Amino acid sequence: MTELLLILVGAIFVNNFVLSRFLGICPFLGVSKKVETALGMGMAVTFVMTIAAVVTWFIQYFILIPFGIEYLQTIAFILVIASLVQLVEMVVQKTSPVLYQALGIFLPLITTNCAVLGLAVLNIQKEYSFLESVIFALGAALGFTLAMVLFAGLRERIDLSPVPASFRGTAIALITAGLLSLAFMGFAGLVKG
Amino acid sequence: MIEAVLSIGGIGLLAAVTLGVAARKFAVEVDPRELALLETLSGANCGACGYPGCSAYAKAVAEGKAEPSLCTPGGQSTLEKIAHIMGVAAVGAAPQVAVVLCQGDNLRAAAKYRYLGVVDCVAAQRIADGPKICPGGCLGLGTCARVCPFGAIEMTSEGLAVISREKCTGCRKCVGACPRQVIAMTPLDATVHVLCNSHDKGAAVRKYCQVGCIACMICKKTVPEAYVIEDFLAKVVYEHYQESGAAVEKCPTKCIRDFVDGYPEGSRFAPPVVPVKRQEAV
Repeated sequence: MTELLLILVGAIFVNNFVLSRFLGICPFLGVSKKVETALGMGMAVTFVMTIAAVVTWFIQYFILIPFGIEYLQTIAFILVIASLVQLVEMVVQKTSPVLYQALGIFLPLITTNCAVLGLAVLNIQKEYSFLESVIFALGAALGFTLAMVLFAGLRERIDLSPVPASFRGTAIALITAGLLSLAFMGFAGLVKG
Repeated sequence: MIEAVLSIGGIGLLAAVTLGVAARKFAVEVDPRELALLETLSGANCGACGYPGCSAYAKAVAEGKAEPSLCTPGGQSTLEKIAHIMGVAAVGAAPQVAVVLCQGDNLRAAAKYRYLGVVDCVAAQRIADGPKICPGGCLGLGTCARVCPFGAIEMTSEGLAVISREKCTGCRKCVGACPRQVIAMTPLDATVHVLCNSHDKGAAVRKYCQVGCIACMICKKTVPEAYVIEDFLAKVVYEHYQESGAAVEKCPTKCIRDFVDGYPEGSRFAPPVVPVKRQEAV
């Protein structure tokens, strides 16, 4: 039980996918202008990540390893993740057109989001059990959402602040992202490994 | 080998079937007219219609929330196609073109300092309000020419922006890009314009520009209804554009120009083809 909790906390704070591992930077910078869309993106990524972790775990241990074709891991995982993202896109378009509009190009881009593939590969590398994989995926996705929402909140405030002209827009956003990342480095002592 | 083909193929097949079922179940109906409209529009995403892009405008038209005449870059032919798709009459707004209201290039307008910075009008304007003494004149660094999606703006060798009346579609991108508001939208039919943007008094204008408006009132005296003088600057009243040509020859500083006679000096654009010449119209 403690082990699972450590994996969860470790994935959310210590080894935050965006701010410590620097995975999934594209949506982090692209969809973080408003808290609402950031939250929506976080939800979509959470869903994709958790399902992807489940499916890729089964594929790894029930198809790839028994047949001795682990070298096809990357292809198989990308195939699964791409299909899942397509599925999510269809569901979001049907259930929430507003969110679909707001996410725009970044929704299909989850397909190539390195955070999702990174999670699937890390699960296998760390030799997590099924339950541990799911917990790790949930933690990573929550960490991603947390980073997105925090950053979006900061950017909403920056929009109202008197920023020097040459720093406006992406420049100040990147600096803020760096500071936020530094802040998360402070969690390093919380959990070992 | 065979296991590899079968397993990856199997995963692919399973994913395909799942997606196929989901596509049926979660299909979103799109108005076929919206798709037809999107194909008809120019695809420049210029924003002249007031919507963020062509797809947003197509959606608004299909839903009946927007007029079919707002796509100025598409011109009359696009308007007719949109009207045909929507089943309404093709009634459009009068076509407009952008005009640079300035003739003061580097030869004819004086500079207050030598600008050696970034070749960009917005950057130049930030340094002591631009290198020209005239507070409204064209800075000539080509910011408008770079944003024009239709290649309708040329920069003369002496640093003056000139807009082609044939190529301009009226998308207003240049109007928003110019830091000095020297570009104005005018009716396409009106070819006579006061090409000056200085609101200084005549004596001041004379000192820094050879072709600036000095508010001498001669144009207004010649054709009273076709001109107004505001803040020491003459303007054409475009409702009476037919009469405005009579003042072109009278203007002492030659800041009133009829584009039928050609573009400002230094431009390589050919004179526009307009069916009726000024003298015949009067």
